[in-house]
Amino acid sequence: MSSKAPERTYDPDAPATPPPGLGPRELARWAWRQLTSMRTALLLLLLLAVAAVPGSLIPQDDVDSFAAIRYRDEHPRLAPVFDALGLFNVYSSPWFSAIYLLLMASLIGCILPRTRVYWRALRARPPRAPRNLARMPVSASHEVVPDDPAADPAAVLERAAAELRSQRYRVEHVPGEYVSAERGYLREAGNLVFHLAVLVVLVGVAAGSLFGYKGGAIIVTGKGFSNVLTQYDDFVPGAFFDPDDLAPYSFTVDDFDVDFILEGEQRGLPRDFTAHVRYRNAPGDEPTDYDLAVNHPLRLDGGDVYLVGHGYAPHITVRDGDGEIAYSGPTVFLPEDASFRSFGVVKVPFAEPEQIGLEGFFYPTFAMVDGDPMTVYPDAANPLLSMLVYTGDLGLSEGSQSVYALEKAGLDQVTDDDGKPLRIDLSPGQVTDLPDGLGSVEFTGLSRWVKVQTAHTPGTFVALGGVVLALLGLMLSLFIRPRRVWVRVREVTGQQADGGTAGEGRRRTLVEVAGLDRSGSSDDPGELAVAVDDLARSLAGTRVEENQ
Amino acid sequence: MSNADFASLSNTAITFAGVVYFVALLAHLVEWSRLRAVVPAEAGAGDPVRSEGDLLVATGGPAEDNPKVAFWARLGVVLTAMAALIHLVGVVCRGLGADPVRVPWGNMYEFTITASLVVVVLYLALHRKLQLAWLGPVLVGFVWVVLLAAVRILYVPVAPLMPSLQSPWLVIHVFAAILATGAFTLAGLASIIYLIKESRVRKDKVRPGGYLDRVPSLPALDRVAYRVTAFAFPVWTFGVLIAGPIWAENAWGRYWGWDPKEVWSFITWVVFAAYLHARATRGWKGRHAAILCLVGLVTLWFNFVGINYVFGDTSQHSYALEVVATVSLAVTS
Ligand code: HEM
Repeated sequence: MSSKAPERTYDPDAPATPPPGLGPRELARWAWRQLTSMRTALLLLLLLAVAAVPGSLIPQDDVDSFAAIRYRDEHPRLAPVFDALGLFNVYSSPWFSAIYLLLMASLIGCILPRTRVYWRALRARPPRAPRNLARMPVSASHEVVPDDPAADPAAVLERAAAELRSQRYRVEHVPGEYVSAERGYLREAGNLVFHLAVLVVLVGVAAGSLFGYKGGAIIVTGKGFSNVLTQYDDFVPGAFFDPDDLAPYSFTVDDFDVDFILEGEQRGLPRDFTAHVRYRNAPGDEPTDYDLAVNHPLRLDGGDVYLVGHGYAPHITVRDGDGEIAYSGPTVFLPEDASFRSFGVVKVPFAEPEQIGLEGFFYPTFAMVDGDPMTVYPDAANPLLSMLVYTGDLGLSEGSQSVYALEKAGLDQVTDDDGKPLRIDLSPGQVTDLPDGLGSVEFTGLSRWVKVQTAHTPGTFVALGGVVLALLGLMLSLFIRPRRVWVRVREVTGQQADGGTAGEGRRRTLVEVAGLDRSGSSDDPGELAVAVDDLARSLAGTRVEENQ
Repeated sequence: MSNADFASLSNTAITFAGVVYFVALLAHLVEWSRLRAVVPAEAGAGDPVRSEGDLLVATGGPAEDNPKVAFWARLGVVLTAMAALIHLVGVVCRGLGADPVRVPWGNMYEFTITASLVVVVLYLALHRKLQLAWLGPVLVGFVWVVLLAAVRILYVPVAPLMPSLQSPWLVIHVFAAILATGAFTLAGLASIIYLIKESRVRKDKVRPGGYLDRVPSLPALDRVAYRVTAFAFPVWTFGVLIAGPIWAENAWGRYWGWDPKEVWSFITWVVFAAYLHARATRGWKGRHAAILCLVGLVTLWFNFVGINYVFGDTSQHSYALEVVATVSLAVTS
């Protein structure tokens, strides 16, 4: 920044207020110019990085809703404030959106004019050579070897033009005057493509989140799933997705295999798990077999299906006080950790004389360790159900409630003869009577369930194409070094420029070459200097070794 | 050889590599101390330190020509190369030690030993091109400390890959991440040295013949940091914004989910984008650029160290414990 032009100097401490006395039009233009300035772009980029941080520190509704709800429970005072600030939904919050939308506006305001400039530059001839090449930052001059028939200035320029063309320069040859050459046009093109591609990515991502959906369902083996809203446990539609548009596919989960690591430090962790499914893209189709596994999703017309989890579903039969079967079937228990101790609930609203609720744990491989019940292995080697019993009002008439939790407000805990909470422990095939003529509970068998995630994300390939394009553009922009090179040939008589007296009085021919690196940040004057010097030498006919 | 043999060979090789790196460090330290003894006598003509306008890579001064110094310097590099070979054996055997055989990038220990190997290999490969002799002691010391931390803190016995990690995209994604991490780290080391030297130069406190005198001129350091970052950024872009999302889409049904690990990869990307941007459009160089480069490096390492430890249980990328089943809050109505 030179002191000659103080009005153009950037003063970081200057307030960013518009000059006074502007009409609305000028004000708008001023604001637009501010927004599309490089400084704003940089600021917005850094701001985007900072704004992304809180979303990694505070649990997000969209990422881990379980953790977000727990966090709300644990921080009753903070939570409303966080909610108001959108801190549980950072990446869809107004302020985060504002930053990237401003950035995109800035980007558009930046790309359009630059594309115009680039378009003109693309068709322009290389600029005329400066008068005095020796004054350029990088230049070299060599004397043409005397008596060389090729020393004729016109021939030297001719060779210069040919040589530069072969190095893929765009060459402007003004006979008798100079050769001007430029290369590296693709750098700016790459840069424009990169910035444009950022917009493409945004469009692709937006399409996915607006017109797509994401859903999750737990399916017990042997059962089926049809892609309709009622079959989902959770379903997150995009703003413009109509659930009536769900593709009519369906599938059944015939079987589920899981292979656990048997020994070593990681004993008990799954090595592999696979669900064997049969699917139809549309109701009338022939069913097709497929092995659904992690990293091996099922791609259906209008949506994809992913295997994301699995667990146990003990078959439980509850008979009521009248001996009638009031509840029967596989019941989904949710694993609490990698050991697969699983928590589950049974609600029996139609039991007579009173409603029954069960709540407790399923241990795939039960053992008592130091007096504590636990599962020592995640596979079902010694399954045990261990549940507490409640009776009274399940509260099902009062609106929605989770199938995985008992609403205990209207329930009484059933106790044993000592007045302690009654716990029923059952192995497969066992049955136990409940006290007070409530009925009985039987553990009749064991199934597994799988959790699938389904998703339809239009625009995925737009986004992918955008990133790939961005990467290609970026590489051009980073690795292409635009340069200008000029060559002049001068005839001099008399003293050499450097004051030497060797060829006094003789006519001599000087080849002058100058170069300009236009890549801004990646300039390596050393490399350019070497290239310029090499060119000057080769045109002058001096071999490199001689001059060293 | 059985898997177990390979696994224990890997452990031995890593330990041994650590020892050889340490010896290489000693060689560089001797080189350095020799330099102190040699140079003041010779450092008369001109002052290389203050020639800040000098844009060509200028390594050292007369000290380089001193045969004893040159011997120790070369010994340091040769030892580093040997250590790198042993290190490579350690990394390869780690993969062969698993059953089934796999790429050795499944947990933090493996990531660390591979990333540090990449740093060394980049250093050795660029040694001539970017004239990195001055980086020797810092780099070898750094790698030694990292390996020590890996063995002491991060070590876990070999195990098969968790199901979600069994994908060819894992290989591509993690390799790109490791390569970029190694390169960003190299750029960060150059930036740190830049900042130290710059502040010393400003206070006129660079001792002729000392280490800081021997490192390249400030513009050359700045350029090394830029060049290596410019290499690492597209690799990171590919690894984190292309290969990572493809893998995530395959494994979890969404290509981007703002999981803490993804958030911080994004932050790193944005910071380095800002770095390149600042250089290209606002002509940032030197101090400001170096600071921004280090900010990027901090976000990168926080992602690796901080996220895995602090948020290990909420991140789907958790290496510590694969969440076997995702439990969702299923609310029926
Ligand atoms: C999403 C936001 C943006 C990102 C991620 C981004 C990223 C980048 C990167 C990585 C570079 C470096 C490439 C190189 O060194 O050649 C760059 C250069 C550049 N960007 Fe951006 N940018 C963004 C927005 C903008 C905006 C809003 C503007 C205009 C106001 C802009 C104008 C430029 C210009 C002029 C260059 C340098 C071209 C040159 O090297 O001659 N960018 N950008």
